[in-house]
Amino acid sequence: MSREKKENINIQKEPLSRRGFFNKLWIGLGTLAGIEVLGISLNFLLSSSKMGKNDLASFIVAGKVDDFKPNSVTPFRSGKFYLSRLNDGGFLAMSLTCTHLGCSVGWNKLENTFICPCHSSSFEINGDVTNQPAPRALDLLPVIIENEIVKVNPNEKTKRQSFSSSQLTYHVV
Amino acid sequence: MKKELKKNNIFKRFKDSIYTRSINPKKERDRIQVVFQSLALHLHPTMIPEKALKFSVTWGLGGMAALLILLQALTGILLRFVYQPFPGKAYDSIIYLKNNILFGDLIRNFHHWSGTFLVLIVFLHLLRVYFTGAYHDKRQFNWVLGVFLLLFVIFSNFTGYLLPWDQLAFWAITVSTSMLFYVPLIGDTLVEMVRGGSEIGEATLLIFYNFHTSILPLLLLAVMGFHFWRVRKAGGVVFPKSESDTENKLVTTLPHLIFREFVVALILIAVILLFSIFFDAPLLEKANPAFSPNPAKAPWYFEGLQELMLHFHPLFAAIIIPTFITLFLISLPYLKYDSKVTGIWFLSDKGKQTSKISAFVGLIITPSLIIMDEYFFDFSLILESIPPVISNGLFPFTLLLLLQTGYYKYIKIKYTTNKAETIQAMFVLNLIIFLVLTLTSILFRGEGMALTLPWN
Repeated sequence: MSREKKENINIQKEPLSRRGFFNKLWIGLGTLAGIEVLGISLNFLLSSSKMGKNDLASFIVAGKVDDFKPNSVTPFRSGKFYLSRLNDGGFLAMSLTCTHLGCSVGWNKLENTFICPCHSSSFEINGDVTNQPAPRALDLLPVIIENEIVKVNPNEKTKRQSFSSSQLTYHVV
Repeated sequence: MKKELKKNNIFKRFKDSIYTRSINPKKERDRIQVVFQSLALHLHPTMIPEKALKFSVTWGLGGMAALLILLQALTGILLRFVYQPFPGKAYDSIIYLKNNILFGDLIRNFHHWSGTFLVLIVFLHLLRVYFTGAYHDKRQFNWVLGVFLLLFVIFSNFTGYLLPWDQLAFWAITVSTSMLFYVPLIGDTLVEMVRGGSEIGEATLLIFYNFHTSILPLLLLAVMGFHFWRVRKAGGVVFPKSESDTENKLVTTLPHLIFREFVVALILIAVILLFSIFFDAPLLEKANPAFSPNPAKAPWYFEGLQELMLHFHPLFAAIIIPTFITLFLISLPYLKYDSKVTGIWFLSDKGKQTSKISAFVGLIITPSLIIMDEYFFDFSLILESIPPVISNGLFPFTLLLLLQTGYYKYIKIKYTTNKAETIQAMFVLNLIIFLVLTLTSILFRGEGMALTLPWN
């Protein structure tokens, strides 16, 4: 390519010769073909992320409201989340994926904390960080209560910095 | 009559059309021709300096790496006939391989151990090239190619790590790919690209399988060819040259080099076979995305990084520091050196002395810092009002950079070293820091990644 360019320098002062025109055409077409190949390859590489997408709006039944005692944590391993009920009766569903590097946190009943086995981050019952390196509270999942039944959508994670009472869902009688 | 018949024998003519010479002829001239005319041996020059044959010039590391890559290709092709890259089938296909296929376990172990040796040997090869100063002038770009080959080897091993789809594989890859979340701005997109989705699943396995069995092997093969060709163009391996012609005597490559390579290859294969017979490649229970084992560790060559993650904010531990190290490695041949010593281990006596001092300093300081950070103070608690990315990231990182700059100046002034020697001292210091971090994570991290003794 560069040799062709050097040859072109002599010609360039004159009006575009036929050879110069074809050289430019070749370079242009070659670049276009390169972009096409790159685009198609990238599309192949990225196609898998569309393939694995779950159906977003799918709430699953966690149980009856009365099944969950205040100040308790119930694991749902298949849905990969924990359902916390705080002292005031408010519900909070949290992903069990640690916000640091994605390990699954475990609930330690005795110490009343979530502990990550990978880098020993720990979280309160409401998901707030008590021990770094985790940079933010556990991800939230939407909770709804219909006819005394608690339902959670495990596919819609929301990131949050820390806990606030507005994240709680209450059972209104 | 009989002789005539022999000459016209079709099998003889067929054999002669492939190869006419004897494999190890008596005459020196003929031996040169064997190497020159052969496709495989043609990688070598026909004559080489006698001094380059000494084992401690190269330790045979580059050749070992090439052999291991070949062995990985051969065993990998065999494994591909059994392995099924789908989450529901992968683990079972490995159990099938282990239980139902003659020597299936042995081939899997062999692939595992030669993969492990490959990472180690390529790393040692890098150290050998660095400490004999074989990266100046004509060799500059070949050093860069070598760094890329190291990265390809690491990523080959890393993508292979997921394939068994057991608890070890699943969580090691979860932890390692999660590091990419901390790349500023594009972190989330990057993780999604690497995993083929937000979580590790069938798309991830397919992507990793494809990289492991086609893209990375092809890249390795192409860059290896380039790497070897550059070694030839630079005039072969480095060793101290002397004035007198008698000491720079040339000998024929066949048999002197070829036979030595053959012996090294046989020993290496024997060692890996012994490992494969006596130590099984790890295989835990089938991957369970809802339950992390405790502790969950990254693959061993990334454990230094994982140890770093315990002490620094992830942006620094997982992204900025590794990027710094890679760029430092690539830029090494392009720094301005006042003298270019090649072929002498550690450059000079002064270089040896400052290297020893740096190794000693690294050996003392790294464990002390780890223990201090673990038990005594925590920047994020002392500087609580500041966001952790500064208190636990930028602040200690800057502190370390300043300390390293101070050390650089100290070595330079105290020992009046030249630039190459001072850079070498820094290289040794950071090498030892890296090794101590890696060993700490492998040996001294137990449940919840707390510090423990290996025998507890």
